[in-house]
Amino acid sequence: MSKIDDDAWLYTISSKRKLIDFNFKEIWHYRDLLMLFVKRDVVTVYKQTVLGPLWYLIQPLFTALTFTLIFNKVANIETGTVPPFLFNLAGVSIWNYFNTCLSSTSDTFKTNAAIFGKVYFPRIIVPLSIVISNLMKFSIQLLIFIAFYIYYYMNGAAIHINNSILFFPVIVMLMGLLGLGSGMIISSLVTKYRDLKFLVGFGVQLLMYVSAVMYPLALMREKLPKIAWIVEYNPLAYIIETARYMLLGTGTLSLFGIIYTISVTLLVLVFGIIIFNRTEKTFIDTV
Amino acid sequence: MVILKAKNISKQYRLGLVGTGTISHDLNRWWAGIRGKEDPYLKVGAVNDRSTKADSDYVWALRDINFEVNKGEVLGIIGKNGAGKSTLLKILSRVTIPTTGEIKTKGRIASLLEVGTGFHPELTGRENIYLNGAILGMTKAEIKAKEQEIIDFSGCERYVDTPVKRYSSGMTVRLAFAVAAHLEPDILVIDEVLAVGDAEFQKKAIGKMQDISKGDGRTVLFVSHNMAAVKSLCSRAIVLEHGKTVFEGETDDAVDFYLENANTILKSRTNIFPLENTNYGIIFKNIFIKEIEQSSICVKLLVDTKLEIKNIGFGIKIKDFNDIVIGSITPAITGESFNLKKGESEISFYLKNFLTLFSGGNYYFDVWVAKPKLEMIIYGENVIGYVIPKKDRFSTGVFHERNKHGIINMEGTITM
Repeated sequence: MSKIDDDAWLYTISSKRKLIDFNFKEIWHYRDLLMLFVKRDVVTVYKQTVLGPLWYLIQPLFTALTFTLIFNKVANIETGTVPPFLFNLAGVSIWNYFNTCLSSTSDTFKTNAAIFGKVYFPRIIVPLSIVISNLMKFSIQLLIFIAFYIYYYMNGAAIHINNSILFFPVIVMLMGLLGLGSGMIISSLVTKYRDLKFLVGFGVQLLMYVSAVMYPLALMREKLPKIAWIVEYNPLAYIIETARYMLLGTGTLSLFGIIYTISVTLLVLVFGIIIFNRTEKTFIDTV
Repeated sequence: MVILKAKNISKQYRLGLVGTGTISHDLNRWWAGIRGKEDPYLKVGAVNDRSTKADSDYVWALRDINFEVNKGEVLGIIGKNGAGKSTLLKILSRVTIPTTGEIKTKGRIASLLEVGTGFHPELTGRENIYLNGAILGMTKAEIKAKEQEIIDFSGCERYVDTPVKRYSSGMTVRLAFAVAAHLEPDILVIDEVLAVGDAEFQKKAIGKMQDISKGDGRTVLFVSHNMAAVKSLCSRAIVLEHGKTVFEGETDDAVDFYLENANTILKSRTNIFPLENTNYGIIFKNIFIKEIEQSSICVKLLVDTKLEIKNIGFGIKIKDFNDIVIGSITPAITGESFNLKKGESEISFYLKNFLTLFSGGNYYFDVWVAKPKLEMIIYGENVIGYVIPKKDRFSTGVFHERNKHGIINMEGTITM
């Protein structure tokens, strides 16, 4: 076989693996599949339910209500001038976005084993579609937040939007990417060692308590200075704190926190892609 | 032009459960990788034979498979269960990667490993056409252009806007096959799709497959147990056995090789003896065949009895390579019943003109003993086989093929 002929091969299926095998052209070819998956996820979840998409709203509303009753009314956590319910609704909505991204993507290989075992398409399409469809759900939840925001504003609550709101999409994206990255890492490991599934189950719950969802970051520093570092080294806490600053004008905006969060997110994402790429080639033999 | 080339494809699987032992193997492998050494577990691994006990934790599902496929060719892949066919297709369709070796291709490969992959029950037929098409690698525009054609082919026009969960299983399969059949990849990989659907639809499906390969000049890799389908579709075939290629060539030769090969294994089933029924104290000790005269054979069964048994009947069934009973001799025909004394007896089944009555090929025998009209005592299935040589029926030097001229050599004449 001549050398020219060798170059004519479209692709090679081989035992050799590259560290990062990220084929943008191929993913672009499958963009329609990505959108169809998103559509499927959004449309089919609440089929044959009476309330339909209203369920998207019921979850955060009731969680925020419960948090307000327990943490603010019973435990007396101070949220400054911001109404506690609005404070919690913001935290819960953003946290939920991360939570759903992480827990759905971490199941990628297992739940899709049947389909992955039969046809090839770039596997990353599935976690990507999860992050995008959850973004849709998040947008719906954001609408209800805006509705309450206006209600409280009309009633004279001391809340104000500042210029930093322009960067809100960036914060949301960071949250999604962090969920995607860690979800991909977990999904890859879960294929072989199912132990992790249990860890994720309650780990995410614990993580919420150290992510400044229902309390301001400053409060943790003030009340528990010894273990405040757990929260301070948690990029999620910065994301939620920053998002609250943008939406409600409460809390602190720290440059260090933002840079730290971006670096961690990128690191997790790159690591996630690497390990996901390695796994997608052979996971069907072990899952 | 060679469109696909497989070089030294091997695939190793680990046997048993994933447990703590797996971590240590993973670590060993990782450590070898760091030092730039070869995977230590690649050296071990047994030939993939389902029936024997494993002496290694690893098994080679495929071992050094080499083949080339030309553009427009339909290559059949045949082999028994566990021969490695599906593993090969999985590698070809990029579901998993080979342990060693590589496959190079000049075209896009799409697989049809099992129809209906990715159908969502809550979505309507039309929505599923789009979803399934996209999973199989089509873009939205491509699907839109073929949408009506797909619906027409499936014959589900009326239900196309109903959720798929309300479909009958046959309808789901029809719709799924219709989507897949309208794919336009350079190389299409098909596994056993024809096993589904009713007779009418199977015919339609085979017809479509033929159109794809012959009409459009598409390259197809076809895996099936349906020898008739393989023969009608493929121009060339490879036979896999225990993960190795044992035959490569013309389809007819490959099918013959496969069938005869499968049979030789059945033929040596003497290891199932002795067959015993303890209630009656009767044992089938052994069986053998004696050729008598020119054209007849005698199947001889050695029976050992612990007590005297009165009034029992023996029978024999003759089966062809497809496991279809083509004849039998029973007490109902012979009217004989036997009284067995304690000790060994020899039962002879005389098959008159067996060699001339049936055409060339492999035949198998079931023998049984029963209390007439009461109960079966021992039923020995496929206890022995016999090969009738192919016949030069027309004295032309061409040997008679049973597929062409039937199993039974009719007695009779054509006159004018």
